[in-house]
Amino acid sequence: MTRPKGNLKGRSTSESESYPVSAIRSPISTPLRVVFVGHVDHGKSTLIGRILHDTGSLPEGKIEEIKKACAAEGMEFEFAFLLDALLEEQKQNVTIDTTEIPFRTARRRYAIIDAPGHKEFLKNMITGASRADAAILVIGADEGVREQSRRHGYLLSMLGIRNLIVVVNKMDLVGYSEKRFREIEQDYRKFLQQLGLNAHTFIPASASEGENVARSSMKMKWYCAANVLEALDLLEPQKSDVDLPLRFCVQDVYRFDGRRIIAGRIETGTLRVGDELIFSPANKSSVVATIERWPQVILSGVEGSRGASSTVTQRDSSTSPGMTVVAGDSIGITLAEQIFVERGYVASHQNETPVETNRFHADLFWIVREPLRIGHFYDLRLATQEVKCQIVSIEQVMDSSTLEKTSDAREQLQRNEIGRLAIQTRGPLVIDNYDRVPNLGRFVIVDDGKICGGGTIFGGVYTDRTVAKSKNIFWTEEKITARERALRTGHRGAVIWLTGLSGAGKSTIAQSLERDLFHRGMHTYVLDGDNIRHGLTSNLGFSPDDRMENIRRVSEVAKLMADAGTVVITAFISPYRMDRRRAREIALEGNAEFIEVFVDAPLEVCEARDPKNLYKKARAGEIREFTGIDAPYEAPDDPEIVVHTDQQTVDESVATILEQLLSRLRTEE
Amino acid sequence: MTEVARTHLDALENQSIFIFREAYHAFKNIATPWSMGKDSNVLIWLARKSFFGRVPFPILHIDTTYEFPEMLEFREWATKYHNLNLIVKINTEARARGIGYETHDPVTVTHELKTVALQQALAEYKWDALITGIRRDEDPTRAKERYFSPRNAQFEWDYKDQPPEFWSQFVTTTAKGEHVRVQPLLDWTEIDVWRYIQRENIPIPKMYFARNGKRFRSLGCSPITHPIESNASTIDEIVAELEATKTTERAGRAQDHYERNAMQKLRAKGFL
Repeated sequence: MTRPKGNLKGRSTSESESYPVSAIRSPISTPLRVVFVGHVDHGKSTLIGRILHDTGSLPEGKIEEIKKACAAEGMEFEFAFLLDALLEEQKQNVTIDTTEIPFRTARRRYAIIDAPGHKEFLKNMITGASRADAAILVIGADEGVREQSRRHGYLLSMLGIRNLIVVVNKMDLVGYSEKRFREIEQDYRKFLQQLGLNAHTFIPASASEGENVARSSMKMKWYCAANVLEALDLLEPQKSDVDLPLRFCVQDVYRFDGRRIIAGRIETGTLRVGDELIFSPANKSSVVATIERWPQVILSGVEGSRGASSTVTQRDSSTSPGMTVVAGDSIGITLAEQIFVERGYVASHQNETPVETNRFHADLFWIVREPLRIGHFYDLRLATQEVKCQIVSIEQVMDSSTLEKTSDAREQLQRNEIGRLAIQTRGPLVIDNYDRVPNLGRFVIVDDGKICGGGTIFGGVYTDRTVAKSKNIFWTEEKITARERALRTGHRGAVIWLTGLSGAGKSTIAQSLERDLFHRGMHTYVLDGDNIRHGLTSNLGFSPDDRMENIRRVSEVAKLMADAGTVVITAFISPYRMDRRRAREIALEGNAEFIEVFVDAPLEVCEARDPKNLYKKARAGEIREFTGIDAPYEAPDDPEIVVHTDQQTVDESVATILEQLLSRLRTEE
Repeated sequence: MTEVARTHLDALENQSIFIFREAYHAFKNIATPWSMGKDSNVLIWLARKSFFGRVPFPILHIDTTYEFPEMLEFREWATKYHNLNLIVKINTEARARGIGYETHDPVTVTHELKTVALQQALAEYKWDALITGIRRDEDPTRAKERYFSPRNAQFEWDYKDQPPEFWSQFVTTTAKGEHVRVQPLLDWTEIDVWRYIQRENIPIPKMYFARNGKRFRSLGCSPITHPIESNASTIDEIVAELEATKTTERAGRAQDHYERNAMQKLRAKGFL
């Protein structure tokens, strides 16, 4: 298609001409984003106004305009007013929201993010800080370290911002006293160390007087290190995500022109045409056939140089072999095999897969007035995944300004608190530990459409998926969905996995629990040694390998039954953590709930009970590799439910389980 | 390990495409207002990038009846070129009442013929999200925007209580009568837009380029939009000019300057 010449003028100088001077003066690099935080009235806006002024970044007439406005309102001009352009702000004299303002030094471009200091505006500070490469934390020399100085420092550490400059402002109010500066520096350095953060730079300054901002101060000759602009120029941008494992998060699947294009963003890592991708949570794999682009770009010369010389041609679906896309790219791909993929799936490379789980631990900050409550259903969003979740427990709560821990378990988390939580999701979630792949290790909690808090994940356990998994068998897409089955039965399918020593009471509890659920009209079934060992696994013994295979088969059968809509209760010693972890993964692949119940009783108690005389035989050496005697039992680290059968009756144990179980078996609507 | 160069424009483009796709997934019923200005042409271009050549939702032109003839000519041409599903909306009721620049002040006319017209279109088509081309650097009130910015049933923007937005998570639900403004160009500057138009060869109206020593830096209704003194007839010349100037982009748009805080008042009432 050609364009009518008279009507447009998008074309520039011809390609043969040399690049114009303006392009050299205006290097198109991404600006370094700097967030300004700190306690209210410690002078963030003044510092920003001063920086804009001293770097000549203000539009013509801006200062005059503000001065005129001040005169009209009968106020004295302040640098902070440059930012507080909204009428309401000037009235309240409080910055209300996040702004972003560009400025430039000799070294590079910057974008300032101004974050407010008022306590109730924490969500704006997080909005601003989450987009930053670096932070300037302002502390007023007169007031020193205050509540929000600490709270903001804490949130910066949670948001993963490592580049931190502390500006001790208003030095003019303390007579440019070195002693006062050192006190504040010492005080705040101690706080940062508790967070494991190292502030590189502390700068004594006066924004209103312009001391140590753009020019080094003559009034503080005792300080000879970098001023604010110099310190900024010394920062390096945060490390790129290109070298992390590949995480391609699917946003959507488009079916345009009869082709299926999987669209999404590369959060981390690199992807090439020809790569074999594993899509979690289903664990299906396929090869990248093409990377789709519109308009088709003919690459001339060096890869990635899609500069001014890119040529627009007609759209075609030809492949561009060797194409590479990297972290940050919004892309579309087609696959060699037509496997099922939808929004929320995460593609990775075979040897670097993420964790798939429905239960994990996280640190969570809460930013809305309504407290976070245990047991309440929330939406959890992680990259493009969205699932229902419940808070299982709040193990620890921290006041983000004092760093005081209240270790007692709590039912609620209040605004501005940070809690260490156990979270359980309905259905599988693909995650990474925050320190491994940050973009897949952080999530938000949403209630009634509103983002209420953000969390970072730790403690995910990585298992090698290549071990007991054939690559060539793919899960068949069921025509009838789990949801349809649940609507018919009135409850969801689930695997309730009882683990514990022989004689701890697993089978007794399993039968009693099943009886209770059965009376509630549920579809139930118990899998235990009696109905498994004689048939499905009759060729297996009790060696570690055989035990593993035994549990694997039980897991697979339980998954199928749960997928069919049944509440399956398994009663096996299942002594190894890794096997139980795998059982969980298998269940989650089938979209079944998985609930691990630790049936706990001390060995002496179990041995005294000895219902089948097995302990006696083991002690006598008649049975080998008996768990608890000459084979290990690895107690669960983090089971959903624990019952203590040495202290609780069977009915009490069953009640404990039901309390947590029933809400999770309910259908959603 | 991997060396693949990405420029600032690549980063902006990637972010905008991500936002387009999030919006397309989150909302059933969306539309993009199109003024035919440079930013909204970039927006359409980015939509086509996001959806592999097509724009899978309607494009809305609020026709104030005070459009430059050249702009209308461009509208007809570009609608075919991009294969757009174009909806043209005129506030005929206000025109019938005699609202116009000949008799009324620019703030009133802009409100009636743009904002009210948009409200009428929204009521008629029941869109739950509008994808707009506003940028943070245009005006101080726009600096405070979110990528996904809710508007209530009265069309008001509650800039004092905006939702948090971090880790690429946005507000994607609306109550009855509400809609969300989705703003994929928020991080772009005026110069970024020009550089991108140049790189991608995006069609724009020729009124942006100098003729007889004058060109338009920003385009609006003909009676209240004034050209600037300029000899910039190529994008490079425009960029060079912008780098030298300290005048704001919308200085030639009369409705912004009619009274103090005019833009603030217009935007609080639903102006883009």
